Amino acid sequence: MKLSGAEILLEALRLEGVKKIFGYPGGAVLDIYDRLPFTPLKHYLTRHEQGAAHAADGYARVTGKVGVCFATSGPGATNLVTGLATAQIDSIPVVAFTGNVPTYMIGNDAFQEVDTVGITRPITKHNFLVKDVKDLAETVKKAFHIAKTGRPGVVLVDLPKDVTREITDFFEEEYKIPVQIRSYKPVLKGHPGQIKKAAKAIASAERPVLYIGGGVVSSGASELVVKMAEVASIPMVATLMGLTAAPGNHPYFLGMLGMHGTYAANMAVTDCDLLIAIGARFDDRVTGKLSEFAPHAKVIHIDVDSAEIGKNKAVDIPIVGDAKLIMEELLPEVEKQVSKNREFLLSREKWLMKVKSWAERYPLYYEPSDRVIKPQFVIEKICEVTEGEAIITTDVGQHQMWVAQYYKFRFPRQLVTSGGLGTMGFGVPAAVGAKVGRPDKTVFCISGDGSFQMNMQEIVTAVQYSIPIKVAIINNGFLGMVRQWQGIFYDRNYSQVHLDVQPDFVRLVEAMGGVGLRVERPEDVEKALKEAISINDRPVVIDFVVDREEDVYPMVPPGGALHEMILPKYGKKKAKKAV
Amino acid sequence: MEKPNYRKHVISVLVENQPGALARIIELFSSRGYNIESLNVGHTEDPTISRITMVAKGDEHTIEQIVKQLRRIIDVFKVRDLTDKKKLDRELLIVRLNVDSTEKKEEVKRLVDIFGAQIVDVSHDTYTVELTGDEEQIDAFLELIKPLGVREMARTGRVAMVRALQGDTFGGEK
Repeated sequence: MKLSGAEILLEALRLEGVKKIFGYPGGAVLDIYDRLPFTPLKHYLTRHEQGAAHAADGYARVTGKVGVCFATSGPGATNLVTGLATAQIDSIPVVAFTGNVPTYMIGNDAFQEVDTVGITRPITKHNFLVKDVKDLAETVKKAFHIAKTGRPGVVLVDLPKDVTREITDFFEEEYKIPVQIRSYKPVLKGHPGQIKKAAKAIASAERPVLYIGGGVVSSGASELVVKMAEVASIPMVATLMGLTAAPGNHPYFLGMLGMHGTYAANMAVTDCDLLIAIGARFDDRVTGKLSEFAPHAKVIHIDVDSAEIGKNKAVDIPIVGDAKLIMEELLPEVEKQVSKNREFLLSREKWLMKVKSWAERYPLYYEPSDRVIKPQFVIEKICEVTEGEAIITTDVGQHQMWVAQYYKFRFPRQLVTSGGLGTMGFGVPAAVGAKVGRPDKTVFCISGDGSFQMNMQEIVTAVQYSIPIKVAIINNGFLGMVRQWQGIFYDRNYSQVHLDVQPDFVRLVEAMGGVGLRVERPEDVEKALKEAISINDRPVVIDFVVDREEDVYPMVPPGGALHEMILPKYGKKKAKKAV
Repeated sequence: MEKPNYRKHVISVLVENQPGALARIIELFSSRGYNIESLNVGHTEDPTISRITMVAKGDEHTIEQIVKQLRRIIDVFKVRDLTDKKKLDRELLIVRLNVDSTEKKEEVKRLVDIFGAQIVDVSHDTYTVELTGDEEQIDAFLELIKPLGVREMARTGRVAMVRALQGDTFGGEK
């Protein structure tokens, strides 16, 4: 069949199982957009290319499928950059297609020309510049293969305009032949000897802790990991990216560890004699001072990316491979070891008791108020009203940490948040993508007044396609996290963090065609949330005017060890709030 | 101050002969803050594959990271740290020397003879010398010849290959 490059691209996407695309047209991709209406692909026109990249990312995070976005050359491509970097550092499978100037003009400083593959090389898993239409189909196939296999990531395919216009043969049957990349063969199956060693270590440790990262969620290993915790009585802690792997109310789950982790999680890691890291990368926000991170522990590290093993912390039992495949082998081994050693396991009760006592002694806490809205109270209410079943997207800052602490998640892939890059402006477009991916779920974007203003134009996208996302702005009139740091470490020198001048969010959202609500009193929080949930044909934004100077605790000062947390000031009601 | 076991490593890499492959490798060094001392790229017996020999400085942990990060690059086939292997390891030096007197000419010829170098270009007052050898030989030659007056010099990075006794350089997995 003779097809143009544009048609080949769209055919290839269909054959890859792509159904939704987020994008923004422009000169260099005119030929692609010209053919797009004649395909079954549904395209969402975002209001900014950054929004398209975040939406594709959000879609990928909730579905586990590859997210796809389109942009034109030059500014279209550069506007994708933050979105692609956000997805790449969190290992999210996204394939981005950018137009470029025709091959014969490349390097000429032509109109809307940039070196897109050069710019995106450090923020993608791989990228391609297609110079010949004959290579196009194979390149698209490779792009999807690379994005979703091994450690998932971002692949960008740059398409000069003439390549999308030229005509060549395309055969569906040929496209369906699985791709082979001779220099790319990710290791997925764990080494059996290492798995046996790990099982023995797990069965013989006195104070083990499971340290769960995003890799557990993305490989689909969550249930197996929780099962192992139950079988071998192991407390679990999670990174921001790994939070949804374990149910938030699981008795062995201690919550998030790290800079804003719970007291129990951080103490458990500090005191453990075996740290079982799965799909986690010992990020600085997690470890604090490295030399005092899990200082007494033997370390098992399971990761699909061998370069993560030993990168920050020395590892005793490394296992390279896919977390799910490894857990399928490891769990039965652990069960075998445990059944041999019943009495010893009983002694682990002591460890569980100790962990529990930490959780009871210093739970998450904030001083409740019936005069002002406490931000944590809003998160708790959202959790309550949505019965812990909503998909939550966040922006970056204090509200993000409060979500991680106070929303009790129930199932994997429920939290969509920019962990590694910390991208403000992620939440709203990611919610659009998440709702497109999971229309059956309530999707709540919890944002801040600073973050919301970074990509609020995507509310218009949600209006256009009747995507009923909910947005809760935790509005403290500050860049709260920056203010918190200035307060604690810079002697309250609040420099450039006042957001005193703000749009009237209610009228702004109404002007964009959504529903705007404002809540200023604690007793009105629940009612507004219920109202928002009842609206199902357009986006709703609730402006929660909250306590201005609430800080996020616990907090490990930068460079400090995990056990050196700054704790909240506990009031009388402390005992009520369990972790 | 240099840390203990901070030393030069010779790393050999096979990559797809693709535009962008070399850029990816070089960017890896700059983005992760690794020190690269020299880098040499050339064809292999297979025209679709290039061979890169690089010399990088670092402690064992850094070098291990470099090797692992190189392996993550999609276009990279194989990476080997050849530092502690028995290997052939060569550089090429081309150096133009001022030889404005008979004594100097004689001295250069004598050193060229001793080192097994060659005079490959001659003018009234210069000799251009070519020398192949390992790093030490080339450093030694330069040291002796420098007082005579080096006008211009060019030196390649290293190329290296494991000795046949130890098998092929790139046996086994990636």
